[in-house]
Amino acid sequence: MNLILNWIGLKTLVRKEIVRVIRIWIQTIVPPAIMMTLYFIIFGNLIGPRIGSMDGFDYMQYIAPGLIMMSVITNSYGNVVSSFFGAKFARHIEEMLVSPMSNATVIIGHVAGGILRGLLVGILVTIVALFFTNLEIKHPLITLSMVFLSSTVFSLAGFINAVFAKKFDDISIVPTFVLTPLTYLGGVFYSISLLPEFWQKVSLANPIIYMVNAFRYGVLGISDINIAHAYLIVVFFVVVLFTISLILLNRGIGIRE
Amino acid sequence: MYTIYVSMQALSIKKLTKIYPNGNHALKGINFNVEAGDFYALLGPNGAGKTTAIGIICSLVSKTMGEVEVFGHNMDSDLEAAKSCIGLVPQEINLNLFDTVLNIVVNQAGYYGIERRLALIRAQEYLTELKLWDRRFEKARSLSGGMKRRLMIARALLHKPKLLILDEPTAGVDVEIRRSMWEFLRRINSEGTTIILTTHYLEEAERLCRHLAIIDEGEIIENTRMSIVLRKLQREIFLLSLADPLTETPKILGFEIKLNDPFELEVAIDAEHDLNSLFAILSEQGITAVSLRNKANRLEELFMGIVENKQDNSSSAVASSS
Repeated sequence: MNLILNWIGLKTLVRKEIVRVIRIWIQTIVPPAIMMTLYFIIFGNLIGPRIGSMDGFDYMQYIAPGLIMMSVITNSYGNVVSSFFGAKFARHIEEMLVSPMSNATVIIGHVAGGILRGLLVGILVTIVALFFTNLEIKHPLITLSMVFLSSTVFSLAGFINAVFAKKFDDISIVPTFVLTPLTYLGGVFYSISLLPEFWQKVSLANPIIYMVNAFRYGVLGISDINIAHAYLIVVFFVVVLFTISLILLNRGIGIRE
Repeated sequence: MYTIYVSMQALSIKKLTKIYPNGNHALKGINFNVEAGDFYALLGPNGAGKTTAIGIICSLVSKTMGEVEVFGHNMDSDLEAAKSCIGLVPQEINLNLFDTVLNIVVNQAGYYGIERRLALIRAQEYLTELKLWDRRFEKARSLSGGMKRRLMIARALLHKPKLLILDEPTAGVDVEIRRSMWEFLRRINSEGTTIILTTHYLEEAERLCRHLAIIDEGEIIENTRMSIVLRKLQREIFLLSLADPLTETPKILGFEIKLNDPFELEVAIDAEHDLNSLFAILSEQGITAVSLRNKANRLEELFMGIVENKQDNSSSAVASSS
């Protein structure tokens, strides 16, 4: 593999993705900031004081890391699925397919775009959160690494969704029927210790539980699950989803006739 | 700098076969070679397999069987090097219509490993040449059909491919732009770029290409020099505009003549006769022709003949076997 060629290709792809996110900022950056502001007002300010403290933190502080992670996940996924499917739909994906850039570079470039949008939105939502509550990051390395890894997992998932999607409906089915329920049931708004034992065990099958809790541990220093397990599971998903993406591209599934 | 590749094959295709999942046998083991530096026409009726063949050469379509080599690089074992040699101008507009003209060409160069700084210099060169530089900051969707086609040509050239493949590049383009595109293509070919062209304008193929292959129903039915193909033409029909009106059709032995209107003669000339003798006889009869043109494109007549012949042969084969 020609490393210089692929490095330049990767830089070009990432730049193109950043330009895209900025060009359509009204669709990519503003909505999550508005939505999270509403979450903080309704769940934090209005309902939160009636709930009281959770694991020693007031409710607003408790949900803030979960809401940040939720916006990172949904935006990473949304960025890659819409960018890659859009390119497929308008056929300018052919610009990449005819080029000598490797399939791995194509995947990494799109995932990098997803991560950058996830981080950008995550920073914005954190700024919004700081208007409502006080956040002191207890473990910065864990916080940053977990945002990065979670964003990677969902960017890859978005990529796979885009590869299989044949029409625009197909790129909204997974976010609506899979991603949203998993996120809401992923410990963003509550500690799983509040659930009956059976549902606690069921919850452990939800990968978002691990991401939200590890991130919450990074920010607040509390978690329902073991942090090492969280890392293992998230890294496992990164490896598996990247491998699947690469196999799909190499075989040309959903892309080449 | 362009390099002229002497006596090397730009493209070598062996037993290339494509069967689509719906059972359509789009290519039936075709073979053909394109010499480096050639201007090569790939002709055929709609659905003949031209775009499938190009799709396979450019990695947009997976082949069922066969081998493709681009400048000696096998597409199976040396894909990256093979792809680096090719520039593609596809039949369908496949631009990101929401991106700017400049971004589109510079990004494509980036995918081929061309640094942005160099890509910007080349973008200015090609976009200026293709009359798009003034519109470089406009989104592709604001361009006319002809401009979009020229943008696709600029995009395909930015990495200076050794082999440029154009799939109906002048479809829907007005005559003036088409001719300026011909000039441009002739020039880059003379500078060493091998060009493969598919087109429905057979005049275009006749004017530009030195070799041609005719593909029909997934098979190559003719593959030779353009001049050899045109020599096979047994009969040509010319239209002569006359200086003075005629009231009746002149009779000239060996020529089939029709008076279309008082100022236009239609003359069919067989291979054994020539235009000089026609003009000499017309002159003797006091008839002055002020201009002359082919009634139909010569290649078009030949193309129709070859394709129809093949269809007749297949129908009679079916009839005799049944």
